Amino acid sequence: MIQQQVVKVGMADLNIALDGSAIRTTGLGSCVGLTLYDSEKRIGGMAHVMLPNSSIAREADFNRAKYADTALPLLIEEMQKAGARLGRLSAKMAGGAQMFAALSANDSLRIGPRNVESCTAVLASYGIPILAEDTGGSYGRTIELDSGTGILHVRSVQQGTKEL
Amino acid sequence: MSTLDKLADFEMDVLKEVGNIGSGNAATALSTLLNKPVDMAVPKVSLVPFEEVAERAGGAEELVMAVFLRVEGEAPGNLFFLMNPVAAKKMLRRLAAMEVEEDLEYSDMELSAIGEIGNILAGSYLSSLADLTKLSLAPSVPAVAMDMAGAVLVYGLMQYGEMGDTALLIETKFLDGGEVLDGQFFLIPDPESFSTIFRSLGVPLE
Repeated sequence: MIQQQVVKVGMADLNIALDGSAIRTTGLGSCVGLTLYDSEKRIGGMAHVMLPNSSIAREADFNRAKYADTALPLLIEEMQKAGARLGRLSAKMAGGAQMFAALSANDSLRIGPRNVESCTAVLASYGIPILAEDTGGSYGRTIELDSGTGILHVRSVQQGTKEL
Repeated sequence: MSTLDKLADFEMDVLKEVGNIGSGNAATALSTLLNKPVDMAVPKVSLVPFEEVAERAGGAEELVMAVFLRVEGEAPGNLFFLMNPVAAKKMLRRLAAMEVEEDLEYSDMELSAIGEIGNILAGSYLSSLADLTKLSLAPSVPAVAMDMAGAVLVYGLMQYGEMGDTALLIETKFLDGGEVLDGQFFLIPDPESFSTIFRSLGVPLE
């Protein structure tokens, strides 16, 4: 059996996967795992988005992969460099949970749903369709996108594994 | 973040002592609750990249029982009490004399008891810090979650997210020979809290 290569994406990080390799990020809580796929070229991309909007950034030279509104354009650029075309891209996403439901009154802890809303809006602004999503809830997720098939595997402690 | 990058060794030592006093008191409280000795490792203070924070708790996918409290008051921050979920069950049996199953299913009552234990420990951690610094510090209502370490710990990083990709972590491990307890405290003061903490302790600021 040939071991499938797995590209890892850290928190506030993004990367792409080619040639049938998989791309994976672990322990998504309030963060959103935003994935793009070009089915013709079989190029997959993934961003582990931590915060909804870069307007709150207080650093001059910030990490663009951290915010939904800056991660998506950067991910598209990276995928285009590898040969993907914007018009062919489709999206799947997972995450955006509220891990501590008891604290949901505190707005800064509603970060999960806000991340999902922001990702949805940014995708719409680029005209990228969302084929599937597994967002919200109160549990963590690990996701893996197969660049050969475009299938997104979502694993959680309580819900097991599902395929999107 | 620029100011935090430049924390001197001396300032790191002050924070280590802050962690030592806080978790020392929490360990004493825990020891009283369990009616047995609880050991504690020397606290570690470090500026940790976001990605590595979960590694300190066993890895992003590691299943942990986490009690999260937001610290409110003059030096706000985030406090986590993390346990191995199996060890947490054993602790409940010993502590609350609850009839608990050996599996990883937690009832609402059991989760509530875990939250209360976290609350007591966090209370003693913070009140000793408050005594030391003469600052008012109060924990929020505890929130409990059993899930992947990466997924829960990210809630302690939000205040840092806006300004960089690292957070200052004051961590302490509890040990008791590995039987009942296998726990960790993570204190992550908000970036703005450091100058308040240092000033209150008479550490000269540049």
